[in-house]
Amino acid sequence: MESIIFNPKEKKRTGPVIFSEYKRGDAIRKIITMSREDILFELKDSKLKGRGGAGFPTSTKWMLTAAAKSDHKFIVCNADEGEPGTFKDRVLLSEYPELVFDGMVIGGYTIGAQQGILYLRGEYEYLLKPLEDYLEDMRKDNLLGNNILGKEGFNFDISIVLGSGAYVCGEETALIESLEGHRGEPRNRPPYPINTGYLGRPTCVNNVETLSAITHIVMKGGSWFSKFGTDKSSGSKLFSVSGDCAKPGVYELPWGIKVSELLKIVEAKNTKAVQIGGASGYCIPKSQFERAIAYEDIPTGGSVMIFDESRDMLHVLKNFMEFFVDESCGQCTPCRIGNHKLLEGVEMIERGEYTFSYINKLKDLGRTMQVTSKCGLGQSSPNPFISILENFKDEIFNRSNGGRNGR
Amino acid sequence: MLIVEKNALSEEIESYVNKYGNDRSALLMILHEIQKKHRHISEFAQQEVARLLNIHPVEVYSVISFFAFLNDNPKGRNLVRVCQTISCDMKGKKQVVEAIERELGIKIGNTTKDNKFTVEYANCLGLCDMGPAMAINDRVYTNLTPEKAVELLAKVK
Ligand SMILES: Cc1cc2nc3c(=O)[nH]c(=O)nc-3n(C[C@H](O)[C@H](O)[C@H](O)COP(=O)(O)O)c2cc1C
Ligand code: SF4
Ligand code: FES
Repeated sequence: MESIIFNPKEKKRTGPVIFSEYKRGDAIRKIITMSREDILFELKDSKLKGRGGAGFPTSTKWMLTAAAKSDHKFIVCNADEGEPGTFKDRVLLSEYPELVFDGMVIGGYTIGAQQGILYLRGEYEYLLKPLEDYLEDMRKDNLLGNNILGKEGFNFDISIVLGSGAYVCGEETALIESLEGHRGEPRNRPPYPINTGYLGRPTCVNNVETLSAITHIVMKGGSWFSKFGTDKSSGSKLFSVSGDCAKPGVYELPWGIKVSELLKIVEAKNTKAVQIGGASGYCIPKSQFERAIAYEDIPTGGSVMIFDESRDMLHVLKNFMEFFVDESCGQCTPCRIGNHKLLEGVEMIERGEYTFSYINKLKDLGRTMQVTSKCGLGQSSPNPFISILENFKDEIFNRSNGGRNGR
Repeated sequence: MLIVEKNALSEEIESYVNKYGNDRSALLMILHEIQKKHRHISEFAQQEVARLLNIHPVEVYSVISFFAFLNDNPKGRNLVRVCQTISCDMKGKKQVVEAIERELGIKIGNTTKDNKFTVEYANCLGLCDMGPAMAINDRVYTNLTPEKAVELLAKVK
């Protein structure tokens, strides 16, 4: 029953980009013959955007960190993966650590960092020891350490820091705060980590999947990568699929795929709703299943949660809002108080003790939170509240018996 | 706390400081090690960490109070965390929790009288494709049924 394995050798997955062939160290062997500019050029050509959710162009982030003047820079791999319904980074770390770590080494070389840090969520503690052993093997093969693969002055090593159960620490400035030994509370931006990050030094924070994509881009070229996907969303995406379907799991699919196509692949039946982007994403009703998953239409970090006809969408919404009340760091008022108010609103509907005018006020509150919260948590936590109450209003507001309906 | 125990704890914390460094950026890993071994970070441990990292004890406490997995009060010898987030919820986390509550005779959020188990809810454990999921200490278990969950607890020493 303990199905969590660390097995980088036995690979059964296949996919166009991320899950395509790769051998540890190959990309490192290749970059030592390349200039930083060449690597940045390939990255630009690939049009890769950050896979952590925000979708920032990776080549821009790397160019800015590479250009920052400092004798100490850092590359941080964000493996905090706390967004409900997301588990693709767990799969990459446990089955494809070579993609992630080689990507960090490429980052070190390109931006001029000598230290890499993997910030691993506390929930994945069982991966700590095997990943540390893996790093030790890389050191033995001189893929880490001093003068890597004989390249004079190419010094880089990776350490792992374990998070301790806080969703907000996935936000990059909160992550840096916690690395520095502080409470994981997001910082005001600017300054951005690319100038003033970990210990005040230029720091490039990238998602696990972003770094894995880079390893393949280095091997096969930026134009190869951008052939997949759509114009504004190049490459493929890992989707973490859970909920009501016959085949939950991690899928590598091209950007631009329609929701309905994805549902077919994972064998979902009688689907009523799909939550895309995790708790902080949007809930899409059946009438919108022909929309495309891509930055042009529905952008996402890859969480897909499927709900069939039997599900109570108010219950789903309540679960999400409880999550945000739990995970708000409490630093700023819109988020700290706002999420409580939204959850209270859901409970009022549940009991049948609400007025439409009050619920509309709460939606306005949600829109205010989206623009006034300090970080992405409070800016996006109203998304499910607004989208579920809009898209499923018939089901939710036609409840009788004070909403209990025999449930 | 006995003097010998205090000395042992001080020595232990010094070894973590040697391993992770004596600046503040080592704090999270040091706290993690203490938490793992002692299942809580006592006031004395907090003072020792603060002394060795040259920061105020309140700073150490403020970090502990921020993180869900760090605590200053002792919990049971084994920590059980059941995922409460929606994908596990849909696959029957409620039935799993109720079975555990009946079996251990406590409500979730509490510790058994013999101090053997503390049972808590956790947010998404990143195992949503295999729900319901739970962690017992640092191991995780998936595709639970009420019966399997209770069997797993019975195997814990
Ligand atoms: C509340 C919150 C949680 C986040 N959690 C994660 C996370 O778990 N993993 C991640 O890579 N990015 C997460 N992010 C996004 C990061 O702040 C950051 O944009 C990302 O790590 C940058 O990497 P990328 O450019 O490769 O996507 C989170 C953002 C917010 C606001
Ligand atoms: S929006 Fe929420 S999580 Fe982000 S800083 Fe404000 S209170 Fe903290
Ligand atoms: S919802 Fe339970 S592990 Fe993600």
